[in-house]
This record gives sequence, structure tokens and C-alpha cells, in this order.
Amino acid sequence: MQKLISAKDFKTIMSQIVLNQIDKYYGKNHVLKNLDLTIEEGEFMTLLGPSGCGKTTTLRIIAGLEKPQNGTIFIGGKQVVDADEAFFASPDKRGLNLVFQSYALWPHMTVFENVAFSMTIAKIDSAHIKSKVTNALKRMRILDYAKRYPCELSGGQQQRVAIARAIVNEPPLLLLDEPLSNLDAKLRVEMRSELKRLHQELGTTIVYVTHDQVEALTMSTRVAVFFEGVLEQVADPIELYVNPASLRVADFIGNPRINIIEGSASITNDGNLEVVSDIGHMVFPSASVMEHNCPHKKEFKVCVGIRPEKIQVEPNYMEGGIEGVIYTSQPAGSETITTIHVGNSELLSKHLGLRYFNGDQHVWFSFEEEDIIVFCAETGKLIKKARTDL
Amino acid sequence: MNRIKNKIINLVSSPYSIMVIILTVFLVYLIVIPLFGMITTTFEVGKNEVRSLGKPAGSFTLYYWMRLFASTVSKKMFYIPFLNSLTVAISASVIAIVLGCLFAWLMVRTNIPYKKFFSIALLIPYMVPSWSLSLSWLAIFKNQRIGGAKGFLGYLGLATPDWLAYGPLAIIIVLGIHYYAYAYLLVSASLQSINSELEEMGQIIGASKGKILRKVTFPLVMPAILSSVILTFTKCMGTFGVPAFLGTKVKYYTISTTLYSSMKTGQRSIGFAVACTLIVFASITVFINQKIIGQRKSYATIGGKGGRSTLIDLGKSRTLITALIILFLFLFVVFPIVVMAYETFLLRPGDFSFENLTLQHWVGRSDLRINSGEPGILQNPQFLKYVWNTLRLTFVTALIGTILGQVIGYIVARGRQHLSGRFVEQLVFMPYLIPSIAFGAMYLALFAKSRTVTLLGYEITLIPSLYGTFALLVLISIVKHLPFASRAGTANMLQISYDLEEAAHICGAGVFKRFTKILLPLSKGGFWSGFMLIFISIIKELDLLILLMTPAQQTLPYMAYSFSMESLDQLSNAVALVLFLIIFLTYWIASKFAKADISKGF
Repeated sequence: MQKLISAKDFKTIMSQIVLNQIDKYYGKNHVLKNLDLTIEEGEFMTLLGPSGCGKTTTLRIIAGLEKPQNGTIFIGGKQVVDADEAFFASPDKRGLNLVFQSYALWPHMTVFENVAFSMTIAKIDSAHIKSKVTNALKRMRILDYAKRYPCELSGGQQQRVAIARAIVNEPPLLLLDEPLSNLDAKLRVEMRSELKRLHQELGTTIVYVTHDQVEALTMSTRVAVFFEGVLEQVADPIELYVNPASLRVADFIGNPRINIIEGSASITNDGNLEVVSDIGHMVFPSASVMEHNCPHKKEFKVCVGIRPEKIQVEPNYMEGGIEGVIYTSQPAGSETITTIHVGNSELLSKHLGLRYFNGDQHVWFSFEEEDIIVFCAETGKLIKKARTDL
Repeated sequence: MNRIKNKIINLVSSPYSIMVIILTVFLVYLIVIPLFGMITTTFEVGKNEVRSLGKPAGSFTLYYWMRLFASTVSKKMFYIPFLNSLTVAISASVIAIVLGCLFAWLMVRTNIPYKKFFSIALLIPYMVPSWSLSLSWLAIFKNQRIGGAKGFLGYLGLATPDWLAYGPLAIIIVLGIHYYAYAYLLVSASLQSINSELEEMGQIIGASKGKILRKVTFPLVMPAILSSVILTFTKCMGTFGVPAFLGTKVKYYTISTTLYSSMKTGQRSIGFAVACTLIVFASITVFINQKIIGQRKSYATIGGKGGRSTLIDLGKSRTLITALIILFLFLFVVFPIVVMAYETFLLRPGDFSFENLTLQHWVGRSDLRINSGEPGILQNPQFLKYVWNTLRLTFVTALIGTILGQVIGYIVARGRQHLSGRFVEQLVFMPYLIPSIAFGAMYLALFAKSRTVTLLGYEITLIPSLYGTFALLVLISIVKHLPFASRAGTANMLQISYDLEEAAHICGAGVFKRFTKILLPLSKGGFWSGFMLIFISIIKELDLLILLMTPAQQTLPYMAYSFSMESLDQLSNAVALVLFLIIFLTYWIASKFAKADISKGF
């Protein structure tokens, strides 16, 4: 019996984005390497990575502003790119809108005209335009500025106009290219919550490009991390933070950065992972070990990772604690960051609240072995996961 | 199959590729083919030499080149004029660059007073045709020995020696004063883009003002200075008007005046060969310059953001420098024009007394005792026709040229990273290398007779015979001014971020809508600035058109030139004054109503 397509399923088909084997070159420069990525309906997908990693290029390829040399793209089940056939659907035929990093507001049009432009082009009757534009401006709380020109607005207000222009037609897909990078820190926090709220209210699929990990972690439903044109990991924010797929990702996510300690490891006969490093001798049960990422050797080099907030430091001797020497301690009101030397390694510890230590003071620190992650030093791949249940 | 279909659709739906294709065809047809045609002509036996060489017309020969470089007349025909041109061009460039840089620095970086006034006044020598500056020069310095009347100084009892009235010194000074505007405009633009924090940093580490100027400011504007050097030098090498007015009477020939006379005396192939050497020489200069600029070019973008600019206090010397600029403007701008204007009211040339004043040269009827019977210019039935010719040519050319310039600017600005964009940029640059008079020669060679090919039984006219038509004058003026026009267009288009266009594309605006709703409104100011730049350049054009002039198509500059060659100086001056009036009026209207600013084109 054929299954009936429910309304929900239908919507899923409407704006799911599928990128298959996308390659993009600028001259000889290979900026996107065989990219596969599926973005589901209603998702808030963030493309994250350092500058020059290909995240903006990916967004522009989805928008239709760049043409990839290889690969196919489907938006809502409809093919929009087939590089082999040299087929590239025009950006305006893809059912999306884009907020540019520069906002790209037309300086010769008022706020109202900017937002109304797409409908003026489509020759929709003016009463309808007016109600739609008013609606969008109201939603972004800039209705009062409708008659002003972009140059008469502050950066934050211009940002809101740019978003209003992109959402006025309620596109099923909204693309944002580093929209907050030109705002000051305070406005950024405000706009972050505003964008998250917008996503909940509109229910559109959002693809968001940023190099700011805080934006990525706080807003997204899923994050795609790029390095040098390669998609390194796609995961939800918590998984990404706790179990980064590679050393690079681990190093990129988190502030202060993750502690990485070199060590050596071996797989025991019952499949457990035995690790020796400056922070002790540990045996991890086989359930948490991803054996297929391990090298086929008896003994191999590893990198042990632990997040600074997972390390507790005590000034006095502690049962099971490891002894270390304080290098510096940086109390900053809400938190204290402490640098400890142990063996040949250096560890950061982050403690909520104020702590005072002196330089060269001997301390004892401890952590849960379940919070430890281990990478293969040779390939940089994750071989032991931490627990994610809290 | 689908792939090909889609490729074609992509090509047609992108304004960029359509424009590149059309432009390439256009430019190859109008620049590359004429150049090639002219070069081949110099290796073919011409009609006049069929008998003396004993070869059929059109067969290969090195006769013309041998005659130019290695014969008994070579010295007179080539080497002396070439050395003269070189002397004039180098000296005039030095004057022009020094003056231009000095003024630019004073205007942009110091607290000199009356900036608004000076910035307009300093551009007047550029708006005035270079050949009319030589008319002013003659009005002041000419002496009786070389035919005709005394100049103003002669009237005051100061006998001017020949070497001052005519010849190299006069040519050098007049060219230097005319062409400093290029250096002034280019260096000003470059100085404006430098963040003064760079200079302030120098101050903080304790460098003196002079040292900052030498070690910080100067290297940063070096690319602009070097490009004004080529611009001025190649212009001076190929300039015709000034050496024609000031040199030919004392037999001081430059390469351009030699070229003109060999063309006029029926030695066309030799003229073309001279034109080729001019082009080669200009190309070498540009090539050397680009080698020097090459790695420095990147500087231009460092300060591109501009930013805060604190002015340098000139201190006590402020008043003195202001006075010197005013003196300069009086001596080289106001005084020459006034003397020249005054001369048009003199009945007998050379007598500057009040009793000698008359309106004869403006409104007088034909009188055989005066001006060999030529009536005053306002009574001359030809005059109105020439005004109309000039205006028609200038407006049509400037309009088409500016539109083309903006389109090319679009391609160059958007296509910087594509090979096609850089190719168009290079192609458009070519007319810049070809001195005006050589350019005229080139078009004369190509469009003198129509050339047709028969293809499948149909006759197709590849090159129509355009000599003597208005269309040819329009065509040559447009093509010759394309480097300028597209430079202004590029500057204009670079200001419009590509994001704005992309945003409109996403909003559903097609090629046409994007052009009319986004690009056009945003580029309006720059459009009129570019228009004025070309307008001023074309209306005073003499060098470019002189070889192509036919009686029916004459323009005001040509009229002034013919009067001057017949020693009818008052009439010549009167025509030049009418031309000034038209230029100033148009500039005033454009800056008042369209916010045009020619300095924006640089």
C-alpha cells in the first residue's frame, strides 16, 4: 500500500538542501573539495570555520552567486545545479534570500523601498506590498525608520533592514553571511537572540555562516565545520563541543582552548584503550573507544584532550589528585583561569567564581576519566569519546 | 547536448559575457585592425612611387623605412625632429610633474586658504586648449622679425628675442603649464587616499616634516607620479598644436609636425612610418614605467580606505605661498587670456593703445584692407556652421564615449579576477599609446577607401569609406578617448559594491532591471564627471582631427589653426575665446546641475 504524504513530509521536501560532491576552484586554487552536505527542513545550520576555509563560498554556491565546477545541488527536491550539464538555476529561481555581510542596502532607496524592491520588480499591487513591508519592518522593530535612507541609520539598524528585506517574502530558505561581524559586542548578543527567535517564529530553514564559535554553538541546531575547503564534521553543538571529530576541530572550538597532552597508548586484548601521559595512567573501556580510527599497531602516539572547565584544582593534598605547579592564575570576576605545569605539559583550568593561587605554588588537580577524549596523534582523528549525557 | 544548450543560456543571461564579446569585436575592429593596416602600408609600394621604384603598387618594399632611417634626408626628416621632440617632451614633463605634485600636495595636505577657489582655478589651464595657450604666448611675446606684428611686450618697448618668442623654450613652457593638470589630478587623488595616520606615526617616532615627506608620503604617491609621467610624456611627444603654432615659423620641427607636413606633401607612407616610430617609442616608455610601477602598484590600495586627515600647518610661510600661487595664476592664467582677448579688439595688430580699439574682428563686414578680406567671426557665414560642427561632434562623442566608458568600467571592475576583464583593460589602454596625430594617420590609412570581400556571392563591406564624413570624426574621437572614459568608468563602478547587484539579482531583478534600478542611479554622479572629462578633452582637440579635416567638417580648433597659419591672429584669438566660453559654460552647468567633478575621473 502506498503511503500517503502527510503535510509535514511535504514541507520537508519543500526546502531540504542536498549538496553532492561539490568542487569549486578559483583559478588553480581548490577552495571546496568534494563537499557533501544535507541540510534538513527547518534547520538552523551554521557553517563554521576559520577565514578562507570555504564556508562563504558554500553559501554563495547554494545562493547561486557562484558556479561550482563539479557536483549537484537539490533544493526542496528540485535540482538547481548540475555542473556536468552546465546547469545553474538563477538565484531568484531558488526560493531563497540572502543577508550579505556588508548588508548590501541600496543607498539610493529608502528603507521602505529597499524592503519592497523584490515585490516592486514582480509588479505586485502596492497595497499588498505596503502590508507585507510594514509587517517585516514591524517584526524587525524598525517601522519608524521606513522613510530614512540607509546612510541615516546606525550599523545595528542597517542590519535589521537587511534582514527585513530578506524575510519580507517569507522565503523557505534564508541564508546569512556573517551578519553580525560588523556589530559591536553588545549588539551582537542582542541580535543573536533576535535571530534565534526569528528562526522559531518563521520556521524557515536557515544557513548561517560565521567564524565565531559562540554564535555557532548558541544558535544552531547543527554545525558544519570547515577547514581548508574540507567539511570536517557535521554535528549538533553539544556533540561538536564534547566530542570533536578531530584535533583541528577540538582546537578551534572552545574558549579557553582545550588542553592537549601528548601520550602513548595501546589496545589491550579485551579491546580497552590504555593511555599513559603526564596526567596519569588511564584505561578506557572498549564501549567508549572507536577502534576503527585506531592505527593497527601495538603501541601508538595519542593526544589526550580535556576541557579546562573539567579540571578541579585544590591547594591541598587530595586523594587521587595529581600534583602540579601553578604557573599563573587569572581571576576575572565570574571565572578564574589557572595555568598549571605538570611534567612537561601545561594545563589550563577554568573555575567558575574567584580563586587565588600564587605563582610556583604546589597544587593537586583532578578530573573525571569519562570527560577525557583521545585523538590519534598520527591522523588527528578522535578515538575515544567523552560522555555527553549530563 | 544539454550541456551545450545550458552553456549558451548561461552566456546569454550574463551581462558580463555579452559585453565582453561585443566590446572585443568593437575594439579589435577599431584599434587593432587600423594599427595593423597602417603598419603594412609602410611596407607596400604606394601609388606615387610605382614609377620611381619600378615595382607594382602594393608589393613589398623597405624603401620608406630606409628613407626615414638611412638616407640623405633622414637627418632632416627623422633624427633632428626626433631629438627636438625628446628635448621638448622631457623638459615639459619635468615642469608639469613638479608643478602638479607641488600644487596637489599644497591643496590636499596643507592648510592653504581659499582651497575651493584654487582647486577650480588651477584646473583652468587644463580646460583651455594647449594650442590656445600658444596663441596667448604669441599675443604677449611675438616680435616683428618673424613676420606679423609685435606682441604686448613689444608694444611696451621690450624687444623680445627670437629664442623667447618662438622655438623650444616657448613650446616647453606652454606644454608644461598645460599638462601639469594631469599630475595635479592624479597625485591629488592618490594623496587623498592616504591615511594621515601614516604620517602622524612618522611624527611620533620623531621624524622631521621634510623627512616624513621624503620617506613616507613620497613613496606612497610614487605610483601616481609615475603614471602621470607617462601620461604627460607620451602626450608631449605626440602633441601637434603647440609646436605647430610656436615652432614651424622658426623651422623648429618636432616629430609630430614633421609627420603632418609629410602627410600633407603626399608622402603618406613615410608619414605612417613616422607614426609607427612614435607608437613604438610611447610603448617603450609605458613598458619601462610598468616595470618600475609593477611591484609598487599595491600601495595604491593600502590607504584606499582614506580616513581621517589632519592638515599640515604651513606656519609663517602660508601667506607667502598663497601669494605665490595667486601670482602664478595671474601670470599664467589670467594675464594670457586677458591679453589674448584684448588683442581681438585691435584694429592694427601690435598697437595696444585705446585709439586702436575696434569690434571689426568680431562683427565687422568683409573689408579687403583688413584680414585679407575675412569678415569678423560673427559675420562669417562659416563660423556658425563650425560652432555647430564642434558642438555636435563634442556632445555626440562625449555621450557615446562616456556610456562606453562606463560599460568598460563595469567589465574591468567586475572582471579583475577574470582573464577576460584584464584583456579588455589592456585592449582599451592601447589608444593611450598611440599619439593623437599618429592615431589620425592610422584612421586616414584605414578609412580612405572602402574594402569589400565577396562571400558566397554577396559583397560585404568590411571597412566603409568614411573619409570626409562626420561619422569618422565621431569614431576616432570616441576610440582615442576610450582609455580616459574607461578609467573614469572604472573608478565609478569600483565604488559600487558587487553585493548591491547580487542582492538585486536574488530579489528577482533581471539584467535590465539591475542596470536601470541599481547601477544607473548609483553611477549618475560619476557618469557626468566622466562626461565632462571627455567633453573638455574633445572640444579642444586639434592634434587628433587635423589630418582628417575636410572643409565641410571643420571645427573651431581647426578654424583657429587656419587663421593663425595665415597670420590672422586676431581672428584666431577670437575663435579660441568663443571656445573657452563654451567650455566654461558647459563645465559650470555640469558641476551645478549634475554635480560633475572632473577630478573624480582620476
